[in-house]
Amino acid sequence: MRQTRRDFLKTITRGAVVSALPLGAFKFLSPKEARAAVESTNVRWGFLVDTYKCVGCGFCVKACKLENEVPYDAPVTRTWVERYVILKNGKMLADTPMGGRDGFTEQKVQEQDVPPKDIAKAFFVPKLCNQCENPPCVQVCPVGATYQRADGVVLVDRSWCIGCGYCIMACPYGVRFFHPVYRTAEKCTFCIHRLVKGMNTACVDACPFGARKVGNLKDPNDPVTKVVLNERVAVLKPEYGTKPQAFYIGLDENVR
Amino acid sequence: MKNHVYRPFIVVVVVIALILVARYLYVPKDFGIYERGFMYGYHRKSNEAEWEAFKVKFRTKEYCKDCHPDKYEANMSGKHHVIQCENCHGVAIDHPENPPKLTIDRSRSLCIRCHAKLPYPTSKRGDLPGINPEEHNTDMECVTCHNPHKPDMEGW
Repeated sequence: MRQTRRDFLKTITRGAVVSALPLGAFKFLSPKEARAAVESTNVRWGFLVDTYKCVGCGFCVKACKLENEVPYDAPVTRTWVERYVILKNGKMLADTPMGGRDGFTEQKVQEQDVPPKDIAKAFFVPKLCNQCENPPCVQVCPVGATYQRADGVVLVDRSWCIGCGYCIMACPYGVRFFHPVYRTAEKCTFCIHRLVKGMNTACVDACPFGARKVGNLKDPNDPVTKVVLNERVAVLKPEYGTKPQAFYIGLDENVR
Repeated sequence: MKNHVYRPFIVVVVVIALILVARYLYVPKDFGIYERGFMYGYHRKSNEAEWEAFKVKFRTKEYCKDCHPDKYEANMSGKHHVIQCENCHGVAIDHPENPPKLTIDRSRSLCIRCHAKLPYPTSKRGDLPGINPEEHNTDMECVTCHNPHKPDMEGW
């Protein structure tokens, strides 16, 4: 076969162009995927905790358990309150009896007497699911039983969960647990059944001092968003890269 | 090619087909990839509506005030206006249909959630009026002397 120089160059050029095409160029998006990529929702739920205002009454924990049918006397809870007492000698004491469900009524911390004059600082930190932007608990689910909604809330499909417990291990904040009745993974839902009705979460409503607030982070006029944007807030364990969406005012380095 | 070479190949194809049919029948139709993509949004869509339909039990003061305006007014005019009725009276659910009567918690342990004195200077708890529950009238309920709806230091 005879080949001219012109034909040879043409073939080489064509070959180079084809081999340079990335595989992605041949991927076709389904209409659903294309719409999801273009449209974005205008709601992203976030949480704000003011640790200066929390008095450790535990009404939030009580309300959450009653609202969400979490067994009241079982040692599991979707939200809880931790007490931190930092002594003047630098020692830290922390406890959360029954998740703070019945409040903090004793001066003793971890069975230890704490004389008031030794206390450098003491405060309460409410905890709940951070509804992370990159939730590791969702990534590890082998069956697609846990997922994130468009508004950022991470939920568990009880009819699909096989109870393997991977997500409970994966959460760096320890907010997931095994539901003793349904035998599935369980977590804070941000009271999504209340949020969609225009209400607050049960813990926010039960808090007498406004230490807890829930808001739409995509609405610049939302009181929570204003605080998150304009004031000094911190998140728990930012080093994990999970991008938590529960923000804390007055967070201390001792809080883990 | 000989028949005995084809046969195991057919078995494999049939097994794969059976698995695909079983998967098609078992997996709900709305199971798929949604807004947050495959990594975070792979789920059964109808589960979102199931969670949204969950029963609201903690109804807040807005639910109580129309039938109990006197108690509501008394409570809203005092320092305890920040506390929800249901924190002490129990969750309303569909009261008065279900439950017809709420169980009121008058116990000391309820009051000392906030009013057991804890000397915490960097927390709001340190500013709340408090008592030592082991010394302050240990054999009486707080409501014997203090009005829980509109408390003051004078008592009833």
